Amino acid sequence: MTEETITLEVTRYRPGHDTEPRTESFSVPYRKDWVVLDALNHIKDRVDGSLTYRWSCRMGVCGSCGMMVNGVPKLTCSAFLRDYHPGPIRVEPLANFPVIRDLVVALDDFLEKLRRVKPWLIRETEKPVSEGEYRQSPAQLEAYKQFSMCINCMLCYAACPVYGLAPAFVGPAAIALAYRYNLDSRDEGYRVREPILSDSVGVWECTFVGECSVVCPKGVDPAAAIQRSKVAGAKDWAMSVLMPWGGRK
Amino acid sequence: MSEARPARPGLYYPKLPATWWLRRPGYVRFMLREVTCVFVAIFLVELLVIVYKIGQGPQVYADMVAKLQSPGWIVFHVVALAFALYHTITWFQATGVIQVVRVGDRQVPPPLVVAGNYVAWVVVSLFILYWLLVRS
Repeated sequence: MTEETITLEVTRYRPGHDTEPRTESFSVPYRKDWVVLDALNHIKDRVDGSLTYRWSCRMGVCGSCGMMVNGVPKLTCSAFLRDYHPGPIRVEPLANFPVIRDLVVALDDFLEKLRRVKPWLIRETEKPVSEGEYRQSPAQLEAYKQFSMCINCMLCYAACPVYGLAPAFVGPAAIALAYRYNLDSRDEGYRVREPILSDSVGVWECTFVGECSVVCPKGVDPAAAIQRSKVAGAKDWAMSVLMPWGGRK
Repeated sequence: MSEARPARPGLYYPKLPATWWLRRPGYVRFMLREVTCVFVAIFLVELLVIVYKIGQGPQVYADMVAKLQSPGWIVFHVVALAFALYHTITWFQATGVIQVVRVGDRQVPPPLVVAGNYVAWVVVSLFILYWLLVRS
């Protein structure tokens, strides 16, 4: 009995050789418990070792294997072949990012934006270690926990047409992480992050398409973080006008 | 829109085509929500013209009302109503995402925030109907 197969239409791009990406079809064994990443690994191991893509943990945590699967940003380690049967399955590099080779996109723009929003605890004055840790109640943890689940997979950027049209936009994940630290009871960096968030390429560039939250594999809801940052920024501005002697947060 | 980023040699920079909004149902719904403003704006201009015509006397106003009974205007009003309802419903949905309402330490579930909008909508609509039909 011949083994059932499924076709993967994979984007190929070789820098220096190709002027633009092309599509190559591969026939791989169809196994119900295989994910798209398994199929790509099969191609690399058995068919074409030059196929290039990123992956690491294979369990939806590291965020490395994000690609477009049938036009939708997905972690390929959690995109089962059975959900696309009988195929073919189109596998492309994450949309809106420059392509380095085949399915690998350049991360530097995202990493620069991530650094810009300062996603770490900022204190006006650090207390000495001898005074102990910064304590937090369950309610204070709950306030920001959802937004701390981001794994930097960049699927939200691939789903965001605003980022595709205006690449300077700080973008969903970086803003969600900035918001996460702004909500943290231990953090005092709101003033430091505010100029980045309220910049013309910050939260106000977002037109609330909302697809960033739809594709997030961790349920982070970056769209909510951005819109709530808009509300916070607008309130802050209004207070600064009404009470210039110190009404700001 | 913001400036383009500097290109690095060897990389392929994809461009979003003008038809990007047809790629996903969510993009189409977003574009429909954006388009609602066109119909709402036209209806508001129409409303201002009606108010102006009322000021010019009963006969001018009656002529205006007769014009608005033409099939073309009726179709426009049906379409404008559909877009206005779409805008309202998506706006109400959005408040569930945007507005965090807290009672004490607990956050009110977003569906309840959305439901509050609908309740307010019904109450205000009933009040206006009462005022128009019973009081006048």
